[in-house]
Amino acid sequence: MTDYILLRHRDIPDIGQLDVYREHGGFNSFKKAVTSMDRTEVTEIVKASGLRGRGGAGFPTGLKWSFMDDNNWPHYVVANADESEPGTFKDREIMEGNPLQFLEGVMIAAYAVDAHTAYIYLRGEYWHIGDLLDEKLAELRKAGLLGEGLFGTDYALDLHTHLGAGAYICGEETALLESLEGKRGFPRLRPPFPPSYGLYGKPTVVNNVETLANVPLILKNGAQWYQDLGTEDTAGVKVFSLSGRVKKPGNYEMRFGSTLRELIYERGGGILDDAEIKAIMPAGASSSVLKATDDVLDTPVDHASMRALGSDLGSGSIIVLDETVSMDWVIKKTINFFNHESCGKCTPCREGNHWMKYLTESIHAGALDDGKVNLLYEVASNMQGKCLCALGEFSTMAVKTSIDRFPDDFKVEE
Amino acid sequence: MKELQDKYPQEIEDILAKYPPDQKRSAVMPLLFLAQREDGYIRDEALTEIGRILNIERTEVATLVGFYTLYYSEKEGKYRIQVCTDVCCALRGAEEFLEQLCQALGIRPGETTADGLVTVEEVKCLGACDKAPMFQVQTGEGFAYHEEQTLESALELIDSWRTEENDEEGS
Repeated sequence: MTDYILLRHRDIPDIGQLDVYREHGGFNSFKKAVTSMDRTEVTEIVKASGLRGRGGAGFPTGLKWSFMDDNNWPHYVVANADESEPGTFKDREIMEGNPLQFLEGVMIAAYAVDAHTAYIYLRGEYWHIGDLLDEKLAELRKAGLLGEGLFGTDYALDLHTHLGAGAYICGEETALLESLEGKRGFPRLRPPFPPSYGLYGKPTVVNNVETLANVPLILKNGAQWYQDLGTEDTAGVKVFSLSGRVKKPGNYEMRFGSTLRELIYERGGGILDDAEIKAIMPAGASSSVLKATDDVLDTPVDHASMRALGSDLGSGSIIVLDETVSMDWVIKKTINFFNHESCGKCTPCREGNHWMKYLTESIHAGALDDGKVNLLYEVASNMQGKCLCALGEFSTMAVKTSIDRFPDDFKVEE
Repeated sequence: MKELQDKYPQEIEDILAKYPPDQKRSAVMPLLFLAQREDGYIRDEALTEIGRILNIERTEVATLVGFYTLYYSEKEGKYRIQVCTDVCCALRGAEEFLEQLCQALGIRPGETTADGLVTVEEVKCLGACDKAPMFQVQTGEGFAYHEEQTLESALELIDSWRTEENDEEGS
């Protein structure tokens, strides 16, 4: 037993089955909330636990819930299961292995904000997970855990799955809401934020899958328990998706405050072919790339420490690059991705990524001597602060930090 | 035309039941998947019919087919093999895998085999970065992931489809 909090199916293989989940205390937290707790009390506990969003931005979850506009009804909860950042595959494992804990988290969130309907927006490629969750939801309705008059109270709740159809942008919460409304996934101008203007213009909490999966155990064990698991800046545990040039890629659940060395070398088995590690992308393709120095490897990981190093934790998708990889190739790949996924709504992102694609391809093909690297840097700099949403902003990060921190990879060979 | 309504009355009812009665437009994406079920692409007539079911313009339906990559307006292979070649998969051999697969099938990425059975496509991250090389197979019925693939395992899978096709034709 390793006392997993999120990946509990690794300790209890059948925890995805309703009877097994209930044997292990499943839905007690939801029941406790609905039958004996005031809504604000639930939100206060989540707030006090220090839980922060696991989708990338790290926004305090309880605080988000407390922003719901009580003068506008109905309220909605939407679980963001659109996991599409290159290097991220944690929500998938949580939903496949421990689906009921995630669903219970959605249900508690719905109770806390007085929503009677919640949607789970899954990327279309997670079709099989949609089927699995539909099955689970049917079981929950049958067991009286969803529906009208729950536990003899007047609280009613139902959950529905909704499949996207292949658009990274729909992971951005307002684009997701547009998509759920049956439109193209174009991000909205923010503010207003979803807790005041969300799905169908109604107050809406949008939370990532992993974020929600934490909630049942926070309610069970208390805010202090969760606080104590992490660091002062970021409480609790995180499922890190480890990929790239490591021997054992995969998901690893660790407490905040663990180091990248622990993750990459102890859990991930070190670098393929025992090569030298070169760089780390801690937030998938959206990363500011870090040089893999001893300092970086030994830094206790949380949101603040990654920022202090000149990067970002994002959704905790750690891509490891070794000495065989050149950064001009890496940014060619990331920009190819962002150019494809840019929704086209705002000009800086649409045009900027188009030009960055042309430039990163030329540079990778060897055009290093005619000012293209400088031009690329300039295009990226000019996009920053001008894009409508985070997609455009973050598309520039790997480009600029690669050129800044790995200048040798962009020099003409003598 | 009410082809979809004739063919899938229960499915359409179940889909519409998920959304508030005054927000039927939300059902457009699941209805598009439904329209794609049989042939793997969405016919023009289906766009009109979906628009009518949801009380929106046909153009508003069509625009989604263009925006979202998993909807198609033209017939391609019965099985779409979609290989992820994003950065994480490429770090673990996905680009070489794609090249070998295409070579073995005698097509280039984006093309369909002469018998109309298989289309091979290069796609963006599928959330299986630790299990590269990998691909998903899209048919009208949905998606299936195939992870930690080799050229041999992929060709075996394609052979199993061919056998299935031949059996169906023979019966």
